[in-house]
Amino acid sequence: MTTIGVVVFPGSNCEHDVVEALQSLGAEAVLLWHGDSAVGDLDAVVLPGGFAHGDYLRPGAIARFSPIMASITDFAAAGGPVVGICNGFQVLTEAGLLPGALQKNSGSRFLCAPTELVVASTQSALTCATTAGEVLRLPINHFEGNYTCSAETLAELQGEDRVVLRYVSNPNGSMDDIAGVCSAGRNVVGLMPHPERACDPLLGSDDGRRLLGSLLMAAASRLPA
Amino acid sequence: MRFPVLVEVRLRPGIADPQGATIQRALPALGFAGVAEVRVGKAIRFTVEATDAAAARGQVDELCQRLLANPVIEDTAVTIG
Repeated sequence: MTTIGVVVFPGSNCEHDVVEALQSLGAEAVLLWHGDSAVGDLDAVVLPGGFAHGDYLRPGAIARFSPIMASITDFAAAGGPVVGICNGFQVLTEAGLLPGALQKNSGSRFLCAPTELVVASTQSALTCATTAGEVLRLPINHFEGNYTCSAETLAELQGEDRVVLRYVSNPNGSMDDIAGVCSAGRNVVGLMPHPERACDPLLGSDDGRRLLGSLLMAAASRLPA
Repeated sequence: MRFPVLVEVRLRPGIADPQGATIQRALPALGFAGVAEVRVGKAIRFTVEATDAAAARGQVDELCQRLLANPVIEDTAVTIG
């Protein structure tokens, strides 16, 4: 069975939603404490949303120094799928596992709303089971989701097909409507919207299953046959 | 020796500053006309133990790079002493 670790930082608040969503897709999900130094024998890792270390200084700035981040960096370097959702995306950019930064929303407002996203690339650990151009409806819930990077980085992301999700209607000022990007190895993915909050029709959308289902597929493809 | 340090963290030129823009829009309503180029940053004060000012600066420059600023969007200005 595919086992996915969900990291808990002090101030994380979406870890149980992620665990529930992954279990509903048939995966085994385990919580990982940020203060532990090893990730153990896992097939994928998710950094959930919330306010790790109170978002003090900058979102993700302190979390990147949590002991578990060193083993997550090693896991990612070995090709392991790592997904950062919302605050988890901010942590991954601060840790240098993904390029760019998440700046305050252009409208200076905390945004909590359903958004429509279009799959820009299916070549990533979070979109490998989706179709290019597919539109997904997922909620956003953030104050700092305005994706910013240098012109060179943006050109690199575009040239290498590493923008994986774009907003249909840009809510926060993100460059190039970017909602999610992946690493050069395509195994590390960060996104601001919350797929785990859209995994049941009762919640208004179950499109999140398309993305988390992709993660399960990416994780399973690493398992020995 | 212990050196007092002031680190000013500011958004790099060209990076949008929604907070600064909001403050700037509020000022005319209070009767302050002609205020422009408002940028919001952070001021961080601490003291550091070092043999001399140059060594203190070396330590502070490194901790700015590793923690206090995100070089993708921020610059720092350091004052020692």
